[in-house]
Amino acid sequence: MIDHDILIVGGGLTGLRAAVGLCDRFNVGLISKVYPVRSHSICAQGGINAALTNNPDARDDSWEKHTFDTIKGSDFLADQDAVEIMCKEAIKIVYEMEHWGCPFSRFPDGTIAQRPFGGAAYPRTCYSSDITGHVLLNTLYERAVAKGVKIYPEWFVTSLCVEDGQCHGVVALDMHSGELVPVRAGVTFFGTGGYGRVYQHSTNSLTSTGSGIGMAYKAGVPLKDMEFVQFHPTTLIGTNILMTEACRGEGGYLVNNQGERFMKRYAPTAKELAPRDIVSRCIQTEINEGRGFDHPLGRYIQLDLRHLGEKKIQERLTGIRKICIDFIGIDPVDEPIPIMPCQHYSMGGIDVNERCASEVRGFYAGGECACVSVHGANRLGGNSLLETIVFGKLAAQAISEDMEGGIPKPDEKPLLKLKDEVEKKILRLTAPGREKPYQLQADLGVVMDQKVGIFRTREQLKQAVDKLPELKERYRHVGVSSPSRHMNYELINALELEYMLEVAHTIALGAMLREESRGSHFRTDFNTRNDRDWLKHTIARMGDDGGPAMSYKDVVITRYQPVERKY
Amino acid sequence: MIKESAYTFKILRYDAKEPERRPRFCTYRIRVIPGLTVLAVLLRIRDEIDGTLSFRCSCRSAVCGSCAMVINGKLDLACRTQVAGFNTDTIILEPLPNFEVIRDLVVDMTPFWQMYDKIQPYLIRRSHAPEKEIPQSEGERRQIDQFVNCILCACCWGACPVLAREPGYLGPAAAAKLERFVLDSRDERPASALSLVNDEKGVWACDTVFRCIDACPKDVRPTDAIVGLRKAMVKQSFKKILGKAKDET
Repeated sequence: MIDHDILIVGGGLTGLRAAVGLCDRFNVGLISKVYPVRSHSICAQGGINAALTNNPDARDDSWEKHTFDTIKGSDFLADQDAVEIMCKEAIKIVYEMEHWGCPFSRFPDGTIAQRPFGGAAYPRTCYSSDITGHVLLNTLYERAVAKGVKIYPEWFVTSLCVEDGQCHGVVALDMHSGELVPVRAGVTFFGTGGYGRVYQHSTNSLTSTGSGIGMAYKAGVPLKDMEFVQFHPTTLIGTNILMTEACRGEGGYLVNNQGERFMKRYAPTAKELAPRDIVSRCIQTEINEGRGFDHPLGRYIQLDLRHLGEKKIQERLTGIRKICIDFIGIDPVDEPIPIMPCQHYSMGGIDVNERCASEVRGFYAGGECACVSVHGANRLGGNSLLETIVFGKLAAQAISEDMEGGIPKPDEKPLLKLKDEVEKKILRLTAPGREKPYQLQADLGVVMDQKVGIFRTREQLKQAVDKLPELKERYRHVGVSSPSRHMNYELINALELEYMLEVAHTIALGAMLREESRGSHFRTDFNTRNDRDWLKHTIARMGDDGGPAMSYKDVVITRYQPVERKY
Repeated sequence: MIKESAYTFKILRYDAKEPERRPRFCTYRIRVIPGLTVLAVLLRIRDEIDGTLSFRCSCRSAVCGSCAMVINGKLDLACRTQVAGFNTDTIILEPLPNFEVIRDLVVDMTPFWQMYDKIQPYLIRRSHAPEKEIPQSEGERRQIDQFVNCILCACCWGACPVLAREPGYLGPAAAAKLERFVLDSRDERPASALSLVNDEKGVWACDTVFRCIDACPKDVRPTDAIVGLRKAMVKQSFKKILGKAKDET
């Protein structure tokens, strides 16, 4: 048994920021299934939004305008009080990260450089070339090392321990030794990331399985707005590697097989810089109506950067150029990039408030695994890096306050009981079984891609909802090839798959029930937003029958009444 | 239709928990379409043929640094290496050298991280933080650019001939990290911070044969960092001697 005052799960930006904020006053432990600098935060490319007004075109910008853009981008599903907090805090945390050494790109006057991004009225996205996630994650990891945060790298949390409405800690697998260890903590904080890998095609890292979300759900914590899945407009054909929105922020065009910059037709003002939900639908429509290009790996649209010139591409989109050359043999200086939309981000997640607290005592969550909600039905580019750090910081403050108020002591008994259950589960998974976890995961991905995609209908969603119990039944027969527990990635996959199936179920059912179109959730059979009936959050709890039980919760509206979104 | 080609993958397997079973090559024959990376094939082998195969991976886009290994004798990230990039239909995969193997292609990176921790890998400031950003010119920012790009994949560690004979050596990545801060116009670490690596297991151990530069998948030049740190140290010691000489007069 390991003991900590506070246990943080996840070594990405949210988890590290929370740890840095808590480790001076409390005994903090941080568990990460990869070395923290391998976390998916590293993949973020384009930037982080804050109304610093450094760009000459953004002198009139303010955190209030950032708030409005975020709320409008969310299709009015975001909780407006939380968005205000985030956008106000944005300015402080960007300066804080800079003071901690983050190497942002600079303007000629020595200030942090800012570029235009989708759905934003001003160029307010702070960046470091196209490796902003990389520099932010390294900076926070450096801070964590400076402060001596106790890190358990390559430990995998198998289960969350909740009993009588209180969280007692987790059971974790030390992947190096293969030992199963109960970890007791007064507070457990999840910054475990999104669920992209529930889909077959995703820009996400292979480790972004959403298992933390599913773990919380299985332990009785409700999830919120799971049906809102962001599809990124521009991912490289074949591998689906992200081609940052900064490609368009820096002036890139989207072009169909007629040579037409088609976004002019759909969003006359914002064009390529309309929000992601809109641009993804436009690209998919162009492809569906026969205006895409053909390729053995699928149909695509061109992302054309050539007019930007080699100097700008090399300086501002260094990584993109390298990825294109390495992965598809195309230099964007000479040729357009073949792109298609695919799954990118999880707006929904563990239901928490603006303090990152869940309804379970001692359990908190932040970042992509959580839903505060600041992104509502569609997240703006540059707001996810922002959310991770802001809510990592705010969670640390909230947890500090709550610790002072006295958190009930965590109990050993439920943890030991849970450890026994996990032990049995692993024994079952390492016994011969007729199902292979990877195959089952692949089948799940196909269902989600085909039935719960960019354009949705009741019929297809119903098929997905009906398919999930069948996949869960197959899961009962999963067996991995090796009984050894150390560095057994097939075993980790099998353990995660249980949670991925639950996550997928809440997404599909939430989408089937929501009979309107809002943000990323587009129903061809209910193709307009319906504020009268659906201006509300979906809450999913694990029901008695094993399926999700749905209820709804009001959206917090402060200053901005819903209006039609035009760009 | 896309034409598939047949490949033979030979992968060095070993489990530190079963030392009695010597390291051995396992052979997998697999048909792949053009454009696939070594990582994509590794995933297929694990998913479709042999679930016991152990290797690290995450981002699959050459930014997370998980999947460094030896591919047909060359150190690189499996995710950015094209299977068709070699003039052969046989691909041989081995774990990163200069580390203990835990299982198959997974090595124990503890010594690498210990060296990282040792050099104080963070911005050190002594003056008060301004209200806004600490100003930095575009030129000053460019100074640290190549070192900022390091993804800590340890290809350089695997390539280093010094580490092969001197396990206590600092290694290229930690030196590059230190230089990243020394060159940062905002950093205010005391001159004494360099003494952490100013010895025969520090920057002076380097053979300056540039293997780390060849191995780096992100175009970082750790030898530049080592040479830069050495120069700074020499400059410091001259200053000390001159300072002392001055005191004596």
